[in-house]
Amino acid sequence: MSSKLSATQIAWRAAQDIADGAYVNLGIGFPEMVAKFQPPGCEAVFHTENGILGFGEAPRPGEEDWDLINAGKKAVTLKAGTAFFHHADSFAMVRGGHLDVAILGAYEVAETGDLANWSTGPKGVPAVGGAMDLVHGARRVAVITDHVTKDGKPKLVKRCSLPLTGVACVTRVYTSLAVIDVEGGHFVLREKLPSLSVDDLQAQTGAELLVPGPVADLVVPEL
Amino acid sequence: MDKIIPSLSEAVSGIPDGAVVMIGGFGGSGAPIELIHALIDRYLSTGSPRNLTVVNNNAGNGHVGLAALIEQGMVRKLICSFPRSADPRVFTERYLAGEIELELVPQGTLAERIRAGGAGIPAFYTPTSYGTDLAKDKPVEEFDGRPYVRELWLKADFAIIKAHKGDRLGNLVFNKAARNFNPLMATAAAVTIAQVTEIVEPGAIDPEAVVTPGIFVQGVVEVANPAQEEDLNRAGAAYPEKAA
Repeated sequence: MSSKLSATQIAWRAAQDIADGAYVNLGIGFPEMVAKFQPPGCEAVFHTENGILGFGEAPRPGEEDWDLINAGKKAVTLKAGTAFFHHADSFAMVRGGHLDVAILGAYEVAETGDLANWSTGPKGVPAVGGAMDLVHGARRVAVITDHVTKDGKPKLVKRCSLPLTGVACVTRVYTSLAVIDVEGGHFVLREKLPSLSVDDLQAQTGAELLVPGPVADLVVPEL
Repeated sequence: MDKIIPSLSEAVSGIPDGAVVMIGGFGGSGAPIELIHALIDRYLSTGSPRNLTVVNNNAGNGHVGLAALIEQGMVRKLICSFPRSADPRVFTERYLAGEIELELVPQGTLAERIRAGGAGIPAFYTPTSYGTDLAKDKPVEEFDGRPYVRELWLKADFAIIKAHKGDRLGNLVFNKAARNFNPLMATAAAVTIAQVTEIVEPGAIDPEAVVTPGIFVQGVVEVANPAQEEDLNRAGAAYPEKAA
């Protein structure tokens, strides 16, 4: 196994925690991959902000229906049992506590559970979409991310330096190196790559990692 | 009662300079491209309407629809959640040049503000944006021990929306995820004009299936075979068409 998980492998690991029948929103981009790796026998119902519950996979090229897209504006397909609804109902599902899981990307996650994933600062055109809504209401708000930035800086930090998406909202982080819960204002290590010591991991993490119990090996198939 | 308007040009003829106009759609799905282009045609021949405040989830894509409206300089202010797209250059350039104002609203808050506007609810509290830059200067109150941000309703002078079928009473049904903001905007505007792919006789839409009841709609105009923004952009289209 390589020294870190690929994006696809992180998505696979996050998918293993989605229960059968769960209502799930996947953030646009990287998190959309999670849908491909549901464990056998587990069927989640996927929600998209623009008003679909229970959509299917992408259509073949040339078969797109542009009235049938997801929040990332990518074409999806119908499944038996799909439901359509308007935007206010869609966000009632989000804020009203009806979703089981939201899985999002991140620039930074703080040990307090604060999330920064919508803005890299005052330059350019700001765009927020549904990110600030999604972090409130879902029973679990999980983040999938590389453990460090492209420059090797920690993405798991004591306090976010970038503009916040939400305060104390993240409950679990799946990274390229570990699975970490956010509990009581601390990062709690649950799983790590077997090739990595806790000290190695701590060195790449910008806040203290608590290790109150056994740490499982993070083992993911080659994908 | 007959709310049918015979032409697109008549459908958009009453929108004045400075109006607040809600435009339905999420990206290209549910976007009333033909009504937007009719508005551009009117502007090109009469110089009006201009200084519009537009409410839409996005800020246009390419050089058709909302992007084309912005490209003509007809929009003074945009209220939206996500002013990015595959080709956002039209908005981006004007925004960075200070030529268009942006009010950025989280998507669910945008939807609920429009819903509240249509429902006669002047303000509401939401957990969304608490503790972030987008909650700056907004009142916060605790309910059951959690902080919530106060947001205000959003109303419009006009809404231009797209539906699948409509009847002369204004009852509408939508097509798949092209529903999105369209039914909400219909409720929140003083005048709502819907372009529909097909006008049907009253009764042809099952009353159990009506999504937007006709009370929220003031005009219905038929546009058979409406364009899809995504198809236009893939074909490299611009509006108005550039002379060859």
